[in-house]
Amino acid sequence: MPDIVLDLDFFLGHYNYWMFVILMMTGLYVTVSRGNLIKKIVGLNLFQTSVFMLYISMGKVIGGTAPILTGDPDTVYSNPLPHVLILTAIVVGIATTALALALVIRIRETYGTVEEDDILKMEHEMDFGVRKPGGGSR
Amino acid sequence: MLEIIEANLPALQVVVPLVAAPVCAMLGRGGRAWAFATGISFLTFAISVSLFATAYGGSPISYEMGSWAPPIGIEYRIDVLNAFVLMIVSGIAAFVMPYARLSVASEIPAERQAFFYTAFLLCLTGLLGVTITGDAFNVFVFLEISSLSTYALVASGAWRNKRALTAAYNYLIMGTVGATFFVIGIGMLYMITGTLNMADLAVRIAEHGDSRTLRMGFVFIFIGIGLKLAMFPLHLWLPNAYSFAPSAVTSFIAATATKVAVYVLLRFMFTVFGFDYAFQASTLENVLLPVAIVAMFAASLVAIFQDDLKRMLAYSSIAQIGYMLLGLAFLTHTGLVATIVHLFNHAVTKGALFMVAGCFVLSAGTSSISGLRGVGRDMPWTTAAFVAGGLSLIGLPLTVGFISKWYLVQASLELGWWPVALLIMGSSLLAIIYVWRVVEAAYLKPAPEGVTRREAPLSMLVPAWILVGLSIWFGIDATLTTTAASRAADTLIGSSQILWQE
Repeated sequence: MPDIVLDLDFFLGHYNYWMFVILMMTGLYVTVSRGNLIKKIVGLNLFQTSVFMLYISMGKVIGGTAPILTGDPDTVYSNPLPHVLILTAIVVGIATTALALALVIRIRETYGTVEEDDILKMEHEMDFGVRKPGGGSR
Repeated sequence: MLEIIEANLPALQVVVPLVAAPVCAMLGRGGRAWAFATGISFLTFAISVSLFATAYGGSPISYEMGSWAPPIGIEYRIDVLNAFVLMIVSGIAAFVMPYARLSVASEIPAERQAFFYTAFLLCLTGLLGVTITGDAFNVFVFLEISSLSTYALVASGAWRNKRALTAAYNYLIMGTVGATFFVIGIGMLYMITGTLNMADLAVRIAEHGDSRTLRMGFVFIFIGIGLKLAMFPLHLWLPNAYSFAPSAVTSFIAATATKVAVYVLLRFMFTVFGFDYAFQASTLENVLLPVAIVAMFAASLVAIFQDDLKRMLAYSSIAQIGYMLLGLAFLTHTGLVATIVHLFNHAVTKGALFMVAGCFVLSAGTSSISGLRGVGRDMPWTTAAFVAGGLSLIGLPLTVGFISKWYLVQASLELGWWPVALLIMGSSLLAIIYVWRVVEAAYLKPAPEGVTRREAPLSMLVPAWILVGLSIWFGIDATLTTTAASRAADTLIGSSQILWQE
């Protein structure tokens, strides 16, 4: 394994990957830390989108064009496979978001709130029949 | 005609329930959707039995999807291991469907039942697809098909208890994080190797050798699947999802979803990351082994203090997953046999127990243990099924649970790890306590005043008793299951170059 050296070219050359890491961690943090169910979904979307960026970056060939046959054997093409995979992943992501939003609508209808703390408080009351002392955050 | 069908059985295994799902949605209300879905689940079971019969003979089936040769095209590859898991999944579905009619009728409004069975068939499609495919990205797609439909199925418990909604939401968040981790891991592997076919991946990873990217890919996949299979500290979605889902759904997903995830873990650990790889061996020994043992104890302890029967069984599931991971972490042939045979044994046992819990919900209107006092006199057959299933959960001789524990103890003694063997037996003692609490309430406590409970209907009792019967049958004569598990372990070991501990 090579030693880690601080190299500006390396740093700038992997710009997409740094952005992938930052977006991914932001998304994961938002998903975990926010108490609002909608904001959690926003975080989840960010998290999934960052993965799209990872795949699209790795399919890029420097100097390559879009992978459409030109008839010229010297043409350099980008790798289309990761892009196709990501089309599938985008569809999965949309389905997940749609289902999550549908669930949030139902939760809002039955609980009257989309704040996790309030929901936990209500569920605690259902479990033990008493109000939890000192607020609801777990 | 027959030859064409026979040649395309691997594709039909997945395509039949997939195509049937939208048809089912159009059948409208009433029993038609149920009858159709039941027919389809029997058909898929028949297909997987036929595939198992071929693979059991020792010749793996390789099916090229759309006639594109692997590694370019998607390959369906069936050896003894996934044929065995396919049979578990479709078999449980075929037993749950007859059970589902009355149980679902009592928990879900009539106009929504067609959609319920649609989601059920999609879930079945996803689970079968994950198991059958030999393509790493395909695993992700099918995993999400099964997970998305499972979230919807769990949420459909909301007509009985509104907490099913939040349970489904939390499951969705954690499941999606897990699936996304899994895709990141696949992406890392693709970056190194440029292929997605599992067999091809294994060859190229072995050529590539160790690197930081490979390790990251390994960890992402390990954690991603860990979330899906409720590996101990990542299990938080499971108890609520299992307790608030409709009874038929709980008995189906408890018996199959986590088992399929364990299969994916096995496949990736040994087929894909199949070369001698110190990082993997140390992960198994230093992470998986302790996690599995903690799961066996912590989850069993929590189960003891639950008042709700379904929730208690859910925690017991987490402990049982600990046993499966323990067998895997041993890295021996016997350990793998224990894991694979426990996939079957636990599916049968837990499927039966959750069916019994569903019978209690239907007839007694509750699944809380204190609400089930004296139920043994009112519902003798249902309660007896619980006792038989409970004995298997504990691991008493003449039940399948004993077979699993026998292999686990044997595997740990082979390595000379006798403290682990003692821990396995110790955690069985905890199982005795939580099973006994229910037995005590059901038989020894007087029934509450003014409560009338009738025996559960036959269409629910019979499937539950068939599963109980299987758990006793294969506890007495385990030749078929252990031979299949042993052959599956052989193929896993044969496909990997890991230095197996003798």
